Amino acid sequence: MALTKADIAQKLTDRLGFNKRESKEIVDQFYTEIIEVLVQGEFVKISGFGNFELKDKNPRPGRNPRTGEDVPIEARRVVTFKPSQKLRATVDNAQA
Amino acid sequence: MTKSELIELIARKQPQFTQKDIELAVNQIIDAMVESMAANERIEIRGFGSFTLHHRRARMGRNPKTGEKVSLPAKRVPHFKPGKSLRERVDASKEHTDILE
Repeated sequence: MALTKADIAQKLTDRLGFNKRESKEIVDQFYTEIIEVLVQGEFVKISGFGNFELKDKNPRPGRNPRTGEDVPIEARRVVTFKPSQKLRATVDNAQA
Repeated sequence: MTKSELIELIARKQPQFTQKDIELAVNQIIDAMVESMAANERIEIRGFGSFTLHHRRARMGRNPKTGEKVSLPAKRVPHFKPGKSLRERVDASKEHTDILE
C-alpha cells in the first residue's frame, strides 16, 4: 500500500488535532506551493529531507526502441530530487 | 526556497492558522514521508509525484584518492519520479523563466 495525501492528512488529524478539512487543506497547500515555486524556476530545499532541483536538458537524437526509428528528443526542463544525507541514512539504516 | 520560507508562504495563504501550526504540520508531513520510506512503502502524491526506493547492489569501488579497492555494501536510496502534471508544468515554464537555483 502506498502513502497518499489522504493518509498524511489523517496523521495530521491524529497527531496534531487538526480537523479533517484543515488537515486536507494544509497537505494540499504544501504540495501546491512546492509545485508553484518550481514552476517559477526556483529550487526547494527541505532540510533533513532533500532538495527539489531543476535542470535544463539539451535536445538530443533519440530512437524509438520498438521501431528503430530516429525520433529527436526536444530540449526540456526536468525536476530532480536529491535526498539529504539524513534521509539517505535513515532509509538505508532501516533495512534489516 | 528553504523549508522555513515555504512555511511562511503557506502560512500567508492559510491565514486561519498560526505560523506555528503550519510549522508543526509541515514537519509532520515530512516525518510521515520519511517514516514511509524507512518502512519501504511507496508514496504517491497525485499531481506531484511518487517516491520509491532504488536498491543498489553491493559492489567493489575504489578510493579515488589512493586508488585502493574498497567493498561497498548494498544500499537503498530514495528516488522521486515527478507526476505528469508537475512534469508538464515545469517543462512549459522553461519558455518564460530561468532557473534561479
